[in-house]
Amino acid sequence: MSKRIDVGDLNVYYGSFLAVEGVSMAIEARSVTAFIGPSGCGKSTFIRTLNRMHEVIPGARVEGKVMLDGEDLYGANVDPVTVRRQVGMVFQRPNPFPTMSIRDNVLAGMKLNSNRLRKSEADDIVERSLKGANLWNEVKDRLDKPGSGLSGGQQQRLCIARAIAVQPEVLLMDEPCSALDPISTLAIEDLIGELKQNYTIVIVTHNMQQAARVSDRTAFFNIAGTGKPGKLIEMDDTTKIFTNPSVKATEDYVSGRFG
Amino acid sequence: MTTTAKPPPTERPTATPRAKARPGDRIFSRSAQVAGILILIILAGVAAFLVREALPTFSADPSEIDGGEGFFSYVWPLVFGTLAAAVIALIVATPLALGIALFISHYAPRRLAQGLGYIVDLLAAIPSVVFGLWGIQWLAPQVQPAWSWLADNLGFIPLFTGPASATGRTMMTAGLVLAVMILPIITAISREVFLQTPTLHEEAALALGATRWEMIRVAVIPFGRPGIISGIMLGLGRALGETMAVAMVLSTGGFTWSMVTSGNNTIAAEIALDFPESSGLKTNTLIAAGLVLFAITLAVNMFARWIVSRRSEFSGAN
Amino acid sequence: MSVATKPPATPAAPSSLAHNQLPRYTTQVVLVLSIAAGAGLSALFGGFSPVSFAVLSVLVFGVVNTTLAGIVEGRRKAVDKLVTTFVYTAFGIALVPLISVIWSVLDNGAERFSIDFLTTSMRNVTGLNDQQALEGAAPFIGGAYHAILGTFLITGLATIISVPIGLLTSIYLVEYGRGRLARSITFFVDVMTGIPSIVAGLFAAALFAVLFGVGTRNGFAGAVALSVLMIPVVVRSSEEMLRIVPNELREAAYALGVPKWRTIVRVVVPTAISGIASGVTLAIARVVGETAPLIVTAGFTSSINSDPFSDWMMSLPAYVYSQAMRPLSGSSPEPSFDRAWAAALTLILIVMLLNLVARLIARLFAPKTGR
Repeated sequence: MSKRIDVGDLNVYYGSFLAVEGVSMAIEARSVTAFIGPSGCGKSTFIRTLNRMHEVIPGARVEGKVMLDGEDLYGANVDPVTVRRQVGMVFQRPNPFPTMSIRDNVLAGMKLNSNRLRKSEADDIVERSLKGANLWNEVKDRLDKPGSGLSGGQQQRLCIARAIAVQPEVLLMDEPCSALDPISTLAIEDLIGELKQNYTIVIVTHNMQQAARVSDRTAFFNIAGTGKPGKLIEMDDTTKIFTNPSVKATEDYVSGRFG
Repeated sequence: MTTTAKPPPTERPTATPRAKARPGDRIFSRSAQVAGILILIILAGVAAFLVREALPTFSADPSEIDGGEGFFSYVWPLVFGTLAAAVIALIVATPLALGIALFISHYAPRRLAQGLGYIVDLLAAIPSVVFGLWGIQWLAPQVQPAWSWLADNLGFIPLFTGPASATGRTMMTAGLVLAVMILPIITAISREVFLQTPTLHEEAALALGATRWEMIRVAVIPFGRPGIISGIMLGLGRALGETMAVAMVLSTGGFTWSMVTSGNNTIAAEIALDFPESSGLKTNTLIAAGLVLFAITLAVNMFARWIVSRRSEFSGAN
Repeated sequence: MSVATKPPATPAAPSSLAHNQLPRYTTQVVLVLSIAAGAGLSALFGGFSPVSFAVLSVLVFGVVNTTLAGIVEGRRKAVDKLVTTFVYTAFGIALVPLISVIWSVLDNGAERFSIDFLTTSMRNVTGLNDQQALEGAAPFIGGAYHAILGTFLITGLATIISVPIGLLTSIYLVEYGRGRLARSITFFVDVMTGIPSIVAGLFAAALFAVLFGVGTRNGFAGAVALSVLMIPVVVRSSEEMLRIVPNELREAAYALGVPKWRTIVRVVVPTAISGIASGVTLAIARVVGETAPLIVTAGFTSSINSDPFSDWMMSLPAYVYSQAMRPLSGSSPEPSFDRAWAAALTLILIVMLLNLVARLIARLFAPKTGR
């Protein structure tokens, strides 16, 4: 499991509007890469191109290459549905399926695709995924209760369990803690630390302390002004970005002078 | 929101042109599309069959049409009757409906309001044939004295020329029944827009020392005006097309200005009363009359939608 | 905003806040006095009657309350009170037809409403039976079983036609619809909502006349007519329900690698199903009482007909209509009227039951929060 991602000169458009311009980067396997930057700089837009989720927005398109262990995600005949099975995603707000129980939510990736599972197999996946998301002890007695009855932090960990249940290579997290309280945030951050043993993790965050705490490498995105495209300014080891960045704008941003 | 160009949340995902179409996706989206197209076909069918069946009316010899003077002179009294009944219904129902809507939105205690709204909605759930039965057996005898009084005292106005019908089965009664039937429509729509009035506007008016009525006049009514108008229009559309109440309540007859005697008829009621026993050219004539009714209600409904859409463009809330 | 910017001239006395105010109990006192005055006046003018009592009481209350406020509190307060009186009165008036309709249906309908009424048809029931029954020589006979059966068959068929078309169309509009086709479908669904029910009936009648010969009347033609009325209602309500399914759920499913059509079938529709089901139930409740289209398509009969594809078929609304308008016996119509009321009661019970079911569905199948 876990593959590396190489992005080559990627442009993202919404219709004719260029939202993100010329991004090239390498994302290492089994590491945590954080994207930081001011609002509207294109971090979320960019992360959604890594599993072709941007395509669900009408008019969104991409130029350039995204290689998953050498395979181009945007090659001809590549099915976005297959891409998304390998590159999972956790969203800003927890979004468990309200019609399903906790157990069914974890199994959603298989069940929605009508893969037949033996009960013991399904039980294994549920237990393994929930344990992987540090949620097992809290919900093991109420697996048949609806997922929307959990607290916000638990719901988000349920969503992570759901994402890792299909055993993706990469896990994308788009501001996974922005709707959570500090305690739940801490739980998720601990979880990210454990998950990187097995997965390549990319996380978008507004919280610079969080990026400093959880990530190995950090990419700083910035935007020249409204209506201009967002760009990757600098990408380096997290310690370097936060202590000794090579670009002035990065230093201004991480030291709180703007943004 | 970290992206500059995230579209508004109402946007829905579409399949991208580049995505390889899976068979499941293709079959499903195609059948959904076919269902939509089927609706267009049904509607085209409605128009085509009605026009086809109506055409003989216009090519036939005028003397063969009911009344012996051609389709136009056959249909205009019916159009008059249709409009008259609907106008009476609107005149009665509009002020009442606005009053009820205001009562529910701004006067009734909050805990009561929802239940009251439900009670008024109940009126809308009662089948029209029940209103017809009620109109002919309960309402007509009750209101007959009022029409007699109108005929006796205001008989010099053509609308109230006597002698009043002794059974009470008049245009006025039919209009009253229609008023009861459209009351919930106008009420429901006005109530919705009244409840949507921005609290800020209301509080701004109250903070300037306005009484409750002044607050309603400067904040609630102007905000809700397009909604009120479209509610009235939808009620009018319903009143024009409503069949059973008129067919049962009204004692039909030839054209007369008087609304308190028997006589007159509406298009819808004429069709309901005559179609089951009609044959030949008479059937064609009735269908042509149905087309006229369809055209009138269509115009009214379109006007209502146009007002609503103009408002939504104005508020920018799409 | 001339109303609000000019406060009434008040003397600068320290107690100015309480100045020119009527005591709080004024309204109640005036109300009680008005009711008394209304009763008195009503008795004075041509004998007491509930109508004149109510009208006079309201009039007296409106005049006294407004004048009092006008004298003591000023014109603005007087207008405010007048409008308040009007608003309360309007609501009171609206209750009159509602209560009277329901009361007359219950009161008149109970007369003949019985198991017997629900399980027998009108076959071989004639005016003679009614006359004998009125004279006490024979029992009242004749029921609405054939009409109830017809209503269920016709409405059921209409539902079978309308729900798949309506639901799929709403899915198309919400999930796939783009451009000209979607816009024109939306527009024509709007047009369809405005079709008068009698015109829908004429369409079905004309269609069947062309296809199967002039004068063809059967239950299926009635179902087609009802479908024309039902489809737009189903489309509208399902569309609304599908639109409020949060986009995040769709994204969550896509991110798990679920194809779009499975996402719609397994996530979007189940999330909205309670709203869709209750919308469909309300649509059924709406068409179950439709009379006019059935009169011109399904016709009348006094016998049981369980085959909607041939021969005339009675329905409850048509039964009410025919019993009320064409009594079996012209000289003694009361038994027929009683049957009409009993059928109206049956119809209202069905409609109310459907409304109740819709609310139950909405509550029971709503996505659970589990807290």
